[in-house]
Amino acid sequence: MNRARPSREDVSRALAGALAEQRLRIVASLIRTTHDWDLAEDVVADAAERALRRWPEDGVPSNPAAWLTTTARRRAVDLLRRADTERAKLAEVALMDDLASTEQPTPAGAVSDDRLRLVFTCCHPALPLEGRVALTCKVVAGLSTEAVARAFLVSEATMSQRLLRAKQKIAHAGIGYTVPTADMLPGRVDGVLAVVYLVFTTGWAARADDALAEEAIRLGRLLVELMPDADEPRGLLALMLLQHARRAARLVDGELVTLEHQDRSRWDVAGIEEARALAALPGGGRGPYRLQAELAAVHATAPDAAQTDWPAIVRLYDELLLLHPSPVVGLNRAIAVAMADGPHAGLAALDALAEDRALRGFHLLPAARGDLLARAGRTTEALTELREAARLAPTERERRQLERRRAELSG
Amino acid sequence: MKYLMFVCTDPTTPSDETGEGTLGVEEWVDKYDGSGKRLIGQRTRPAEDATSVRRRKGEVLVTDGPYAESRDWIAGFDVLECADLDEAISIAAEHPMAAGGRIELRPFWDDE
Repeated sequence: MNRARPSREDVSRALAGALAEQRLRIVASLIRTTHDWDLAEDVVADAAERALRRWPEDGVPSNPAAWLTTTARRRAVDLLRRADTERAKLAEVALMDDLASTEQPTPAGAVSDDRLRLVFTCCHPALPLEGRVALTCKVVAGLSTEAVARAFLVSEATMSQRLLRAKQKIAHAGIGYTVPTADMLPGRVDGVLAVVYLVFTTGWAARADDALAEEAIRLGRLLVELMPDADEPRGLLALMLLQHARRAARLVDGELVTLEHQDRSRWDVAGIEEARALAALPGGGRGPYRLQAELAAVHATAPDAAQTDWPAIVRLYDELLLLHPSPVVGLNRAIAVAMADGPHAGLAALDALAEDRALRGFHLLPAARGDLLARAGRTTEALTELREAARLAPTERERRQLERRRAELSG
Repeated sequence: MKYLMFVCTDPTTPSDETGEGTLGVEEWVDKYDGSGKRLIGQRTRPAEDATSVRRRKGEVLVTDGPYAESRDWIAGFDVLECADLDEAISIAAEHPMAAGGRIELRPFWDDE
């Protein structure tokens, strides 16, 4: 076939599509057959480089994803042959067996199993949390070490070391490349969800790193695809989509805007609709992510703060507290009580929390008190609380937002 | 894979007196001796009966008591032969001292 030479854009678009479709599948299956994480990642990177060299000359293959898979696997066989150790020989045999059995299109189940094995291995609780997060971003999401290092504010050398140590612990401690057994599964799924949500909140909370938040949402979609019968992955995805839908309104000129004051016309309607559809699907039990998604959905569908269904929000917080007794949830509930029944009721709910040691030094407690005192007309006390909140604020952005609130109130 | 399972007290977190999810120690031993997962194991006498031995510049130094910095003490040990860490975790989690104290799993150094 005589093909016209493809443009640079055609090549990079085809490659990006093929990588999105196949990278994780190739890496996950090669780790199972070779037990060699670095080899699995390297051969995919190598296949992508070859594509960039060859496709502009030879044309984009009719099935770029299949080309990428075959090239990566051939390279793996090649490297294993060259290594010429007993271990490499065993891996080569396993890989050839695997190739023979997957020449025909494999049933979807078998393929997704490898990806699920990889996810559970990367998020194994015997790994330190920072190692779980790093592996998930690097190996599952496919970010470069440099990008992961930047996202988590450490040097590339530190991140490389962290990844290396996590891979070594997997090998040395005998962490299996398996999906956990039924008795362990619920706890392990929670662990995976916590890692993905941590990636999201890292991108979201203080630094407004939209790209990292979008990676977390992609991971959330993957978990929903891999665990279609589980309710909480859908809850987590819905929660992230709803929070992410506010991205254009939460920062104005680089400054944080609280939910109450956000310009809701700038919220992403498509994201909200997708999340609501996910949260509306019937589920087994309503877990903490599902409940948080439902909470976020109440906000997302209210025209403004005043017309929000606050009694519904208080009820959802009550449910959440039953599952997860947490002073931070209690704090949010107290704010919702204030919105439903007035600032005095909210202040009473906050007073009940003030003794909790876990909230000591937590800036959002005086911030909430300051807010409610202001609404109750007790301005002097409100200013004192807001000053304390600004003093305790963990990020500069939050400190500035609290200082602005103070200035508005005293002005 | 072989794992050395240290059975320890845990001064850092209160124990779970109900022992929920664990077996009695004899039941546990019978179950995993029976399945071939437990290779050997024994209770050890408490820290006050421990003796530490070091050799420095050729000289043997013997002191009373356990390794000084450990606040928890080892009450016993078992050696497990398992397919992977998760299997060892499942077995350890059924030991009564998982509720009464703490279990530490140490993979054997791989000498292949």
